[in-house]
Amino acid sequence: MLYIYCPHCEEHREEEEFHYGGQAHVARPKDPDACTDAEWADYLYFRKNTRGWHHELWVHAAGCRKFFNITRDTVSYEIKETYKIGEQPAISE
Amino acid sequence: MSDVLTPEVDIDATAKVAVMKQLPEPGLRPVRAESPLHHAQLDEMAVAAAADSASAGVVLCEQKLRGHLVIRGDSKDRQFALSVTKVLGLELPGKLQSARAKDASIRWISPDEWLVVVPGDQAFAVETQLREALDGHFAIVNVSGGQTIISLSGPSARDVLMKSTPYDVHDRNFPIGKVVTTVFAKTQAVITRAGEESWEMVVRRSFADYCWLWLQDSCAEFGLAVQQDKGNKTMVFQTG
Repeated sequence: MLYIYCPHCEEHREEEEFHYGGQAHVARPKDPDACTDAEWADYLYFRKNTRGWHHELWVHAAGCRKFFNITRDTVSYEIKETYKIGEQPAISE
Repeated sequence: MSDVLTPEVDIDATAKVAVMKQLPEPGLRPVRAESPLHHAQLDEMAVAAAADSASAGVVLCEQKLRGHLVIRGDSKDRQFALSVTKVLGLELPGKLQSARAKDASIRWISPDEWLVVVPGDQAFAVETQLREALDGHFAIVNVSGGQTIISLSGPSARDVLMKSTPYDVHDRNFPIGKVVTTVFAKTQAVITRAGEESWEMVVRRSFADYCWLWLQDSCAEFGLAVQQDKGNKTMVFQTG
């Protein structure tokens, strides 16, 4: 089980309280009518399958019900940092 | 496509909210109202088991038919916090904290959300006053029908929580007044520590029966006594 720090509750909680929300920082094309099919498909379907540090979206589903991001190692499961939506991670890749 | 999705800005939206008075006027025929644990007949159990309650490890009471109001707004907005304080006489509590006065309590739910609990017959009045006092971007929803409060007290109340939730309920982590929304059994509860040996859980209406069954089972080894709800001021409208 992971022991996750919620940046909104400012407390560590059991993984049981959270849900995983996929890869973080997936930007929606600003003008979907103007982008190419490839760009749109990339936004909708294609995600990284990283070995190592990965930025991912989580929600504190059984707690404050807020979304936030986690930087987690997909090999060791180590959580490096958690940060609110809109903030930038201290580690990149 | 994108221009279709542009929301219409309506500044007076909050003024148009329909506020419903959910209780009949005094003097009119009382309306039948059932708490989420009505079918468990807790009051009858309480009377039957009154003699055993002194030796019980856990005393359970449903604080039923209270007025529950969810308030949402910006906690950094000084005016918002002041207005809530003015109406309720309670400070807007910070993270994982609660505040209570004689007739009202307020629990922190998330950074922009609080749960106000008042006697059932005051919910409409308090909601109306809050709507008058608050200004700008806020929301108030009466969720009284959607949830109920179960209180646990007694020397073994903490042991029951330790069996039921993954959250650390030790003194160093859970002082009096703290509020935590967490997993309870296979559902969720807003757990508040009300006193040295007393705890309160806000549970969803549809899960109240599940919690009640779970609690009966988990309290069995300590001895469970049920107490009548003395604080219920809406007796008038719960005729059987």
